[in-house]
Amino acid sequence: MSEGRQIGEVILDLKNISLRFGGVKALTDISFDVREHEIRAIIGPNGAGKSSMLNVINGVYRPQEGDIVFRGKHHRDMDTYAAAKAGIARTFQNIALFKGMTVLDNIMTGRNLKMKSNFLLDAIYWGPAQREEIAHRRKVEEIIDFLEIQHIRKTPVGRLPYGLQKRVELGRALAAEPSILLLDEPMAGMNVEEKQDMCRFVLDVNDQLGTTIVLIEHDMGVVMDISDRVVVLDYGKKIADGTPDEVRNNQDVIDAYLGVAH
Amino acid sequence: MSDTVRPPSLSTFPRLLLHHAQARPGHPATREKYLGIWQTWAWSQVAEEVRAMACGLAEMGFKRGDNLAIIGDNRPRLYWAMYAAQCLGGVPVPLYQDAIASEMVFVLQDAGIKFAIVEDQEQVDKLLENKAQCPELAHILYDDPRGLRHYNQPFLHGLDEVQEMGRIHNRNHPDFLDAEIEKGRPEDVAVMLYTSGTTGKPKGVCLTHAAFIAAARSGCDFDRLGPDDNILSYLPMAWVGDHLFSFAQATYAGFTINCPESGDTVMTDMREIGPSYYFAPPRVFENLLTQVMIRMEDAGALKRKMFHTFMEVARRCGAEILDGKAVSGTDRLLYALGNLFVYGPLRNVLGMSRIRVAYTAGAAIGPDLFRFYRSIGVNLKQLYGSTETCAAVCLQPDGQIKLDTVGPPVPGVEVKIDDNGEVLVRGEVMLKEYYKRPDATAEVIDAEGYFHTGDAGFFDEDGHLKIIDRAKDVGKLANGAMFAPNYIENKLKFFPHIKEAVCFGHDRDQVCAFINIDMGAVGNWAERRNIAYSGYTDLAQKAEVYELIRDCVEQANAELAHDAMLSDSQVHRFLILHKELDPDDDELTRTRKVRRGFIAEKYGVLIDALYSGKASQFIETEVKFEDGRKGKVSADLRIMEAKTFPTGAAKKAA
Repeated sequence: MSEGRQIGEVILDLKNISLRFGGVKALTDISFDVREHEIRAIIGPNGAGKSSMLNVINGVYRPQEGDIVFRGKHHRDMDTYAAAKAGIARTFQNIALFKGMTVLDNIMTGRNLKMKSNFLLDAIYWGPAQREEIAHRRKVEEIIDFLEIQHIRKTPVGRLPYGLQKRVELGRALAAEPSILLLDEPMAGMNVEEKQDMCRFVLDVNDQLGTTIVLIEHDMGVVMDISDRVVVLDYGKKIADGTPDEVRNNQDVIDAYLGVAH
Repeated sequence: MSDTVRPPSLSTFPRLLLHHAQARPGHPATREKYLGIWQTWAWSQVAEEVRAMACGLAEMGFKRGDNLAIIGDNRPRLYWAMYAAQCLGGVPVPLYQDAIASEMVFVLQDAGIKFAIVEDQEQVDKLLENKAQCPELAHILYDDPRGLRHYNQPFLHGLDEVQEMGRIHNRNHPDFLDAEIEKGRPEDVAVMLYTSGTTGKPKGVCLTHAAFIAAARSGCDFDRLGPDDNILSYLPMAWVGDHLFSFAQATYAGFTINCPESGDTVMTDMREIGPSYYFAPPRVFENLLTQVMIRMEDAGALKRKMFHTFMEVARRCGAEILDGKAVSGTDRLLYALGNLFVYGPLRNVLGMSRIRVAYTAGAAIGPDLFRFYRSIGVNLKQLYGSTETCAAVCLQPDGQIKLDTVGPPVPGVEVKIDDNGEVLVRGEVMLKEYYKRPDATAEVIDAEGYFHTGDAGFFDEDGHLKIIDRAKDVGKLANGAMFAPNYIENKLKFFPHIKEAVCFGHDRDQVCAFINIDMGAVGNWAERRNIAYSGYTDLAQKAEVYELIRDCVEQANAELAHDAMLSDSQVHRFLILHKELDPDDDELTRTRKVRRGFIAEKYGVLIDALYSGKASQFIETEVKFEDGRKGKVSADLRIMEAKTFPTGAAKKAA
């Protein structure tokens, strides 16, 4: 039995990132890094630039300035396809699943980049195509088992409650077998029990699969509980970076975000 | 069926297992759905797995006479663990897997558990929590390693490791296990099942190999069960019903047990397997029917019309056709049409297409509910028994089904009605004793060797036993009329909108009731009427919901009015509880029977309000969550009057 995850080297280093939309400065000169196998949280008030930051990491937005170093390679900006291929997967703040498709099919789409057989073989479902489908289906079933969603395997996603949809979205991201998983508010809008379940899944993913996790979350209890390091943004600027304890006691963070008991 | 005749030497379960491994090595014994695919183990493979597990246990120091706790959902390896313990002359003690940690302490201590085999991290956590209070607990073995990577307690082992150890042990001592199995005697205790404890502390019921094999034999012979039958094993392993059907009978007849993927997938798994033999307590049949009814309400007008038309036909003649009674040609034709368009597809949706025999027991089943399943062609029958009698006292024979009886006693079991109306049982299937409780044993087994069931009943003119209620629950109203609360509650519970009911009336001049609404059915009903609600408590107190429930209560009253004996038991006033009765709050037993005394005490203020004529009453209740934390629910409960009917007068209320 292994003794569990070991936090490793820096695998993603963001240097002096600035992102502007016309005259609006979404991100200003932000630098932080992500180490292998850690759970890295990004927190901050609404509009602080958290989701923009994730979008920069997986290439949806192209920053005007800055340097992204991913696994030793410098990128001026990331390209979404290349990012996915390199093992960066994500979930979205507003669930982005195919509502009319079943849970199984939705998660299967996460395997897209791993599929190799050609279109014609797929169409007649023969030979290598069939073998490949079976192999992918097994992987997907492992994820279904992992996330304990066997009972909704064949249910169209649109019919599921919000909490389960979030879980399915996590499943789809996991199907890509990512090395970095970006989670945009995975627990928003959930009740206590759903949050606990989700926390457990995030920790299990991190622990058992060794996946590095970058997570945006508003629930401070959750953030302080599960993350290894936290970076705090406010109005597109970084105001703090460190362990949950360091961040919790940082005066700037308290003023900007956490507030004090009156 | 010479195949099902067993040589007399097969007098213990391990011997039966070895017999099947030889007689039908490739025949499927156990199935489990894993990663979306049904995995199958043949009898020879099961025997090998059991051998490895038993040898592993022996290697770790499990000895003759030791008790082995088994906790978890229905998993193949947990069933095999029962054989493994029995091979070594130990006693498997299955526990209810949904019990919270503190509830398990008593059984663990009482049974002096040294070894426990559990399903997963959840159960391991519960045992770790109890470890300090159970110093004897020396080894915890788990089936599923998920989440347990960082647990480094030396007394924690994966079953894989243990089986691997056992395989080595078996190679070194190939004769060891067979010799151990040879030592087993039919009069040894085969399993210890704890009573759910409707009253007081749970008691360990010791049942021998001989008793359970006798029970299995009578059931298998009675319904001609053979190796080709299939059963879905989804009920708690700690329940005598599951042990009889999924373990004892399966081992006796050699048929296949099928373990569902998880508790939530039972419906789907049932459709995929299409069992030929099925067992469920009434509430499961009730839930299934409720779901069907909800879905029918959502169906299009044409389908709904077709459903109701043909269900009317089925109500008229379905049960009679199943019983092989004479039915007019027109009805026969209509029923055949209905079978094509409605009953067949409906059975298919319920996963009951291939069912030859289905049983229900554990609580009285509503006559209408019972008739529904029979009328669509499901051969649903009732049986009577208790943990102390291996759940095998009475069985209904095919073709002689009555709605309100449980059939004649099975061969080899003697039933007598005591002077006070209590049902007494004597025969092979009886318990040996309550574990370490000679006092309790003496209380229930009298000098003539009869077991006192605690149920009140009588034989009808055909020799079928009719159970009315628990003997101690049957009371009298202030005017001396009989008051059988269960009977009234069952009437109420048949309405799909009512999930649970508790009636009061002993020594009172009227009957009053607590009602629990069925969240699924009433929620759906409310949505259809655009009634907004935030949750259970809110929904339960809506004026419209009260009206709905009053209609149900009044219909039940109208039916009670028919029966001169029970007419006085009509419900005069009722209220809808603000929370669901829950085993976690000790209001129901783990088998979901109402704990009357406890509820009367806990909600005393509500009962007073019912009888004092108040229009509402405030109450605050503590609730326990699944993880053992506590919270509070409070509400102002309305109390409503229901119309009652003069005896024999009302024909149909609605």
